[in-house]
Amino acid sequence: MTVSSEMAFFVDANRCIGCQSCVQACAECDTHKGHSMIHLETIQRADTPQTVPVVCMHCDSPTCAEVCPADAIKRTSDGVVQSAKKPRCIACNNCVLSCPFGVPKMETKFELMMKCDMCYDRTSEGKKPMCATVCPSQALTFGPKEEIIRQRESSTPVNEFKFGNQLIKTKVYMMVPKTTRQNYIDVTASMYDSSIGQSMEEHLEDVSLDFLGGTNG
Amino acid sequence: METEVKKSLFLATLFTIFLSIMIWVGSRNLAHFDAALVGYTFASLFAVFAIVYRYVMWLHRPPTALYWRRGWELMFKREHFFSNLKFLVGRIVTIIGGNSFIWKRDKERGLAHWLIMWGCILAAAITFPLVFGWLYFLVPDGDLTSYKIVIFGFPTLAFKIETTLGHLIFHGLVVASVLVISGVMLAFRRRMRDRDAAVLQTFSEDIMPLLLLFAISITGLFLTVSYTWLKGYGYAFLSIFHAITVIFTLISLPFGKFFHIFMRPAQFGVAIYKKIGKEKMARCIRCNTEYGSEMHINDLMQVQKKLGYNYEMTDGTGHYQKVCPRCRRLLLGLSQGKMWHGPSIEKG
Repeated sequence: MTVSSEMAFFVDANRCIGCQSCVQACAECDTHKGHSMIHLETIQRADTPQTVPVVCMHCDSPTCAEVCPADAIKRTSDGVVQSAKKPRCIACNNCVLSCPFGVPKMETKFELMMKCDMCYDRTSEGKKPMCATVCPSQALTFGPKEEIIRQRESSTPVNEFKFGNQLIKTKVYMMVPKTTRQNYIDVTASMYDSSIGQSMEEHLEDVSLDFLGGTNG
Repeated sequence: METEVKKSLFLATLFTIFLSIMIWVGSRNLAHFDAALVGYTFASLFAVFAIVYRYVMWLHRPPTALYWRRGWELMFKREHFFSNLKFLVGRIVTIIGGNSFIWKRDKERGLAHWLIMWGCILAAAITFPLVFGWLYFLVPDGDLTSYKIVIFGFPTLAFKIETTLGHLIFHGLVVASVLVISGVMLAFRRRMRDRDAAVLQTFSEDIMPLLLLFAISITGLFLTVSYTWLKGYGYAFLSIFHAITVIFTLISLPFGKFFHIFMRPAQFGVAIYKKIGKEKMARCIRCNTEYGSEMHINDLMQVQKKLGYNYEMTDGTGHYQKVCPRCRRLLLGLSQGKMWHGPSIEKG
């Protein structure tokens, strides 16, 4: 069984309310039971309440897999990058340090890298990943791409990310404003920004309208 | 032909020739080589060739090559050698001997692996020397109640046949079979019940190796049952069936899941690399926290370059590898947020 090509995963950190539902639900997944694979980051609590949920973006050309000396990380035919194969992983940490999104986790006591696998036991059966199932603000959404585009009039999904000179294409999409000029997210562009908290208030209107399905685009 | 293929073929041939010579020498010009076991020998020679070929090819992958080189360099570094040796002995006992990390992953899984592994080690330690003629038993002069073990043509210890030790020596493979069958049953139970196993397992990668181990063990046990209690009933058929299962397993060693047996020792090189790396940690250029060893970060930059990745910053201020994983996650959120109000937006 594979993940349907009709379905896609969408992340919109702007919608995240930091409720931790995804973190708790993630640990319920059978492929990594008891271990939450999602990262819910707080940007800078003193300046901003914004939180960022980070799941595996499932790169088309996964750096984690390429730098793995044990050839333990495999990408299935449906584009899902799986956790390290248990008999092979030698716990070297290459994947943890190389992933441009900072996703893999090293479980030192197991000598094993574990990561988000898009709840493969669920998604390969046509169900939603645990995090997307419970996310109340739909910061994490799993569904047909056309449906998301139709529902979120002011945003558009992108799946290309720039890290310095490196462009990475992923299976998972992030939502950006429809009005944006670039069709990728320049991740390193915010390298030396202290936080976005200072300017958050003035743009709250844009975000909340989009959250309500408004047409401020 | 590419260089790595040539090198792999050369080393594979060299190891195969070496084993052939060792069989010739160890069995004293084949004087103690059991011709009935010739099928096992040829399967073993093929397995050695293919395992070495695949191993050398594997070592050519940039990340593997780097760990291989660094692992040996650091192991024999004068100031670290003795502490490395002590560290390695401890790791070998806990990791190989006890499978400690697998027990921590899951107790049932740990027990299954431990039983299968020790069963296979015991069986291999008995079978290969017997097949290659490196080990045989001699009746000492005039004493029909004893056997003398001859290893590589050199007589070693003698033991009484009708003693506990004698029984254990002659039933070592029975013990091995019981260990393997118990482990295989536990592994099958997990594969049938666990949804995580069910979703990703494949017949060739996960089920076939268990079936082969079971087939070898059960046919081996039946051989003992046949000659002990059934006056050799079906022995010819069982011995041929057993030989087929063993030969098939030997041939499959380099291709499927069994290859992890040869890959896993890399874990020790990695452990030494991490131990010594801790002496000098790298700090994130964004948040200034320690997140990995400096040697590891620099090595990864080299590996990524060899693999065709270019994570250099566009403004020449550094390398993205020097940003810690947490900051990478924050940057993802920040950069997406920035697009909602940054300079790149066309106000509509």
